[in-house]
Amino acid sequence: MADEPGSAAAIDLHNVHRTFGAIRAVDGIDLHLELGEIAALLGPNGAGKTTTIDMILGLGRPDQGSVSVLGMSPSAAVSRGLVSAVMQTGGLLKDLTVRETVRLTASLYAEPRPVDDVLDRAGITHLANRLVGKCSGGEQQRVRFALALLPDPALMALDEPTAGMDVEGRRDFWSAIRSDAERGRTVLFATHYLEEADAYADRIILLRQGRIVADGTAAEVRSLSSGRSVRASLAEADKRTLSSLPGVRSVEIRGDRVLIQTMDSDAVARYLLTATAAHDVEIVAHNLEDAFLALTSDEPAPAVESRAADGSAA
Amino acid sequence: MSAKVPGTVPLAERQAPPMGGFNLTFLSIEVRRLVRNRRTVMVTLVVPVVLFLLFKANRRSGALEGIGFTAGATMIGIAVYGAMLAATSGGAMVSIERAQGWSRQLRLTPLRPAAYIAIKILVAMLLGLTSVTVVYIFGAIDGVQMAPSTWVLTGILAWAASLVFASFGLFMGYLLPSENVMQIISPVLGVFSLLGGLFIPIGLLPSIMQDIAPFMPTYGVASIARYPLVGGSFDPTWLLSVVLWTAGFAAAAMILFRRDTRRA
Repeated sequence: MADEPGSAAAIDLHNVHRTFGAIRAVDGIDLHLELGEIAALLGPNGAGKTTTIDMILGLGRPDQGSVSVLGMSPSAAVSRGLVSAVMQTGGLLKDLTVRETVRLTASLYAEPRPVDDVLDRAGITHLANRLVGKCSGGEQQRVRFALALLPDPALMALDEPTAGMDVEGRRDFWSAIRSDAERGRTVLFATHYLEEADAYADRIILLRQGRIVADGTAAEVRSLSSGRSVRASLAEADKRTLSSLPGVRSVEIRGDRVLIQTMDSDAVARYLLTATAAHDVEIVAHNLEDAFLALTSDEPAPAVESRAADGSAA
Repeated sequence: MSAKVPGTVPLAERQAPPMGGFNLTFLSIEVRRLVRNRRTVMVTLVVPVVLFLLFKANRRSGALEGIGFTAGATMIGIAVYGAMLAATSGGAMVSIERAQGWSRQLRLTPLRPAAYIAIKILVAMLLGLTSVTVVYIFGAIDGVQMAPSTWVLTGILAWAASLVFASFGLFMGYLLPSENVMQIISPVLGVFSLLGGLFIPIGLLPSIMQDIAPFMPTYGVASIARYPLVGGSFDPTWLLSVVLWTAGFAAAAMILFRRDTRRA
């Protein structure tokens, strides 16, 4: 059973590293995606989203760690049509028509879906005879989507598929993806739009500086932000004691300022004011946007990482 | 488990395509693309014919006939030139595909690099064949006299030249990240042609150029293509020239191709 491709995980990344010169684009990622999941890789530019997707597609190799897709190597999965992708940068030939582009790509697969079927699903039947060079950016993105549908893949990866689209184009694009995914396809998409991940993914994997800083359902990730942060001036703060207070998710100490992320700000404030010499105590509530910014900012990683990353944060 | 996976073909039965994705639909769409690119077609078919008419005027003066450079020899030289031009531009199409990001898109499909290269070379060779045929038709109309077997043999050998230059075109296509790669290559082809003795006999070149001539990639090809017409002794270095240049260009193209795909 375990040897059948159908029983393998959609994606299995183990301790994956990838550096470009001095830049650690991916710095130790473990990711397990089951068949049928719709997951978003969320993070700011440079978080390692594209590098991660490239490795899943076999476009790049990890310097360290292993990548397995449907129980096989990425290139084996691609050559069997089990994985396809809509990439940010993948180009199309301007001098082919939309139909020719789809026909050509279909000819490369052992058992492609019918060209007309795919054009219809991507909503570009009316563009079939137009030269690709004459299609708008959003229309070209739908062509790429049509190409990705051809092999009827078990896993589809999309790298910022709606970048540069207007609001309506974005909504249409996602409704096409979503209705397609209802048939059980596994979808992994990269985005830096919080609302896109929230609206279309069942699971959100938050990346920062090449690491996973949070991984859970949209609700779980949202709950990461539902707490408050408590700041205070406190000389020689004891990080371990502060971390062990109920509800505390992270403690950051910068000089004589402490910053505590917590679900129970009252308990932290009470402790600080009664058991320590803390002064200038501030309590700030944050929203989803704050959590995203906090988790993905360029500052040193807070302690929330390890706990959020193993999914027990909620 | 299978209920969760879309499609009519179960995962475990999915196969890679035969022949690395090489197929006739791909080839025919590639040919259609080439034909749609009117400038390439015009250049590769019209330029050799114009050259042929130009050298016809030259021949009338009798200067070339006097040293055994017959109308047939000129025609074969120009056919080699046409095949070279056609095959180089066919191969160089990869530069446009790289610039537009198509090569990267293809890497998301089962297409194997060898199948892709084979398609590119075939398309380039087809264009080369067309070019040789057009030059020969003009030659026949113009009254070039050769034995029927010589027409066929020299034609095939001139066409074989396109294999050397399909590799050259691929090499250039991976070397130059330009959409106007042919504008950069054309002067190089001009030098190859002149020094390789395609248009005028090498014996008429200044002596330093005569020394360089055997090292041109065109030299061996042109000499072999003319052999059925000219006769005499067959110089094995001609064959060596063809083999080494083809291998050299192909190896260079392969190295750059690898570099290209690794960059990801």
